[in-house]
Amino acid sequence: MESYETVDTAVLVLGAGGAGLRAAIAAAESGARVTVVCKSLLGKAHTVMAEGGMAAALGNVAGQDSWEAHFADTMKGGKLLNDWRMAEIHAREAPERVLELERWGAVFDRTHEGLIHQRPFGAHTYPRLAHIGDRTGLELIRTLQDRLVHQAGIEVHMEVTVASLFAQDGRIAGALAYRRADGGLVLYRARAVLLATGGAGRVYRVTSNSWECTGDGTALAYRAGAELRDCEMVQFHPTGMVWPAGVRGILVTEGVRGEGGLLRNKDGERFMERYDPDRMELSSRDIVARAINSEVLAGRGSPHGGAYLDISHRKPDYIKRKLPSMYEQFLKLAKVDITKDPMEVAPTIHYYMGGVRVDPETGASSVAGLFAAGEVTGGLHGANRLGGNSLTDLLVFGKRAGEAAAEYSREHSRPARISKAEVGEAVESLVGPLGRPHGENPYRLQAELQDVCSRHAPIIRSESGLLEGLQQVLELRERARSAGTGGPTGRAFNPGWHTAQDLGQMLVNAEALFRSALKRKESRGAHARSDYPNPDPALANVNFVVREVEGAMSVRALVREQLPDALLAVINRSFEKYTPEEKE
Amino acid sequence: MASVSPLQLSVFRGDAEGGEMVTYSVPVREGMVVLDAVLWAQANLAPDLAVRWNCKAAKCGSCAAEVNGFPRLLCKSPVADYGEEISVRPMAAFPVVRDLVTDVSWNYEVNQRIAPFTPSEADRDDPRAWRMQQVDVERAIEFRKCIECFLCQDVCHVLRNHGRKDAYFGPRFMVRMASLEMHPKDSLDRRPQLKGEAGVGYCNITKCCQEVCPEHIHITDNAIIPLKERMADEYFDPVRSLLRRLGGR
Repeated sequence: MESYETVDTAVLVLGAGGAGLRAAIAAAESGARVTVVCKSLLGKAHTVMAEGGMAAALGNVAGQDSWEAHFADTMKGGKLLNDWRMAEIHAREAPERVLELERWGAVFDRTHEGLIHQRPFGAHTYPRLAHIGDRTGLELIRTLQDRLVHQAGIEVHMEVTVASLFAQDGRIAGALAYRRADGGLVLYRARAVLLATGGAGRVYRVTSNSWECTGDGTALAYRAGAELRDCEMVQFHPTGMVWPAGVRGILVTEGVRGEGGLLRNKDGERFMERYDPDRMELSSRDIVARAINSEVLAGRGSPHGGAYLDISHRKPDYIKRKLPSMYEQFLKLAKVDITKDPMEVAPTIHYYMGGVRVDPETGASSVAGLFAAGEVTGGLHGANRLGGNSLTDLLVFGKRAGEAAAEYSREHSRPARISKAEVGEAVESLVGPLGRPHGENPYRLQAELQDVCSRHAPIIRSESGLLEGLQQVLELRERARSAGTGGPTGRAFNPGWHTAQDLGQMLVNAEALFRSALKRKESRGAHARSDYPNPDPALANVNFVVREVEGAMSVRALVREQLPDALLAVINRSFEKYTPEEKE
Repeated sequence: MASVSPLQLSVFRGDAEGGEMVTYSVPVREGMVVLDAVLWAQANLAPDLAVRWNCKAAKCGSCAAEVNGFPRLLCKSPVADYGEEISVRPMAAFPVVRDLVTDVSWNYEVNQRIAPFTPSEADRDDPRAWRMQQVDVERAIEFRKCIECFLCQDVCHVLRNHGRKDAYFGPRFMVRMASLEMHPKDSLDRRPQLKGEAGVGYCNITKCCQEVCPEHIHITDNAIIPLKERMADEYFDPVRSLLRRLGGR
């Protein structure tokens, strides 16, 4: 049999984006020995791409902001499909986590009073997003990274990809992984495992997501027996670049609209008037994305099939200070000077609201010892995520899950056993593609999968499209079993082999997406269907839960626990309207 | 659309032992960047062609390499800016792992040797202490734009030509130290380290690092020169040196 190295640790954290880093710090501070395994180099995770800011009711710009207002916005934005307890915890704890980040060295833009500045964002009642220009994610990750590398008790294994998890009698036991550099295999034996692996945006062709967003954690958890929820809820960000073709999908921050950017169609109309006259450009993402889509379908789109986003009425200096990377991105990649001309934008796949079903307090999944935090989980965002809520999600639930995983590892001082046979099986499946130089090309399979999801689970879905999509995903799954590396079978840094691995994880995510989307016979939040264009009141308190049952994927409807009256009252409260003072 | 003749893309294929340039013929799409061309070759002609990339939006700094001899982010280099021939090589200042992938772990070791952000005891628990004006944070903000692509390290002749990784932390970590030195709330004196193991004196201000920075950080002008001044003021100013001696320090 193949040889592998064995590493023993108390808490194994998979992923080094905001959630993974915050969780690792929390677990180590609680006294656990932590190993962080990340697919890329440290500091490169998808979190760096977050632009607009992190939402927290600090009340620095609008003094009347409160956790209640933030909670109500989050729930309404998620069409009440959210786990209400997660939304409550998030709204209450976000301010503390942001201030803590500042104490750790993060630098935010300031208000005139010298406090952390907060910008307005879609569907947030008050200006709420703490930010630094349009590179808030980078600030978050660098601050956590620099704290983490000086924290005792944490080891980081970079460019290591986990291929499977092991569980024994319903309790997590460890993971099998490979190092990209030399292809060596590593068996991690851990008392607790924490998934912080992000979303699966790369199952689509046009996406703002990084190379590594292949839904690894969701698939690993599913195979280990954990439950997933809300897998039909995939967010289209309204504004991605559309032109030139080579850059299609790259994110244009919602901060542009937050700073006053206007959306127009080819006739120069501010078309949001038709879709959400109250909130206009700052409506929630699901609504703005569908509005652009409708304008294009009605023949009022821009030349490359999108809409115009214009910020040029702001002063050039202001634009360059508040949106520096947008300025640079358009100038360099599209040869457009956004201080003078409008940007052309269209929806792009951005975020997975669904994911591992977790306990709101601790991030515990339904497998003992397996925790999760961040985009890999489902619940906080319900049917539609508000901009800015994901960065505070990472901090709030990263910390909680890290502490809970440390505690679990303390209570279970002996790791669960991993059977030799199981390891053998996992190893065999992992190295399988290396033995199939003439197997199907993994890049081709991946591209076909992306086409299937893009075509059959688009912004507006239908029964026939979803059925066709599911069928094709299942066929691809069969073909993927015999995928090779595309030819060369070297171990050292062989991306053909890596792609074959990623493909397996992506297929689980795609199957869960289609199966869940078929069950939700209504339109709600990010999930819109042409055959069921309205919300169905009977599904208002139903979440769809995915689980492996006897080797097959099953989806069941779960009726949600009623919201406590006190919180229901908060949602129904009418919050004072905020009128901004104009100053630059 | 008028057909464009395919791009002749030469890529270094090999490892630490050596290698060769291999040319791939790649169809050109409007707006294509060099990373697109490399990934097209990978998906269609050379499945094991090793390249690091993550965001493809110039935000993560993973795809640093040398395009026609110049240190660049592959995702931020439009093919149209070059002719019909493009050559791509790995960064020369670091050992090759495979093809375009280099071993940049030394940078992570250096980072670990820089003491973390440390506010004073008094400030730590006093919320009032954290009121800062925009002008106070502005200087640090420039340095915090760094995406750690290590192109500045690649082009720095102290590291690249003289191989003095033992003596100088390199421009990236001058930027890191400047971001801490100029953070209004950091309380540590970083000058001894700058003079010592960080080796700020090794930089002789050729500004090559500044020229290749994809984030347009004025590495030499705003980070290294002020750090050199702070260090020199402390250690090489004759008046201060005299005062120090008189004061018995």
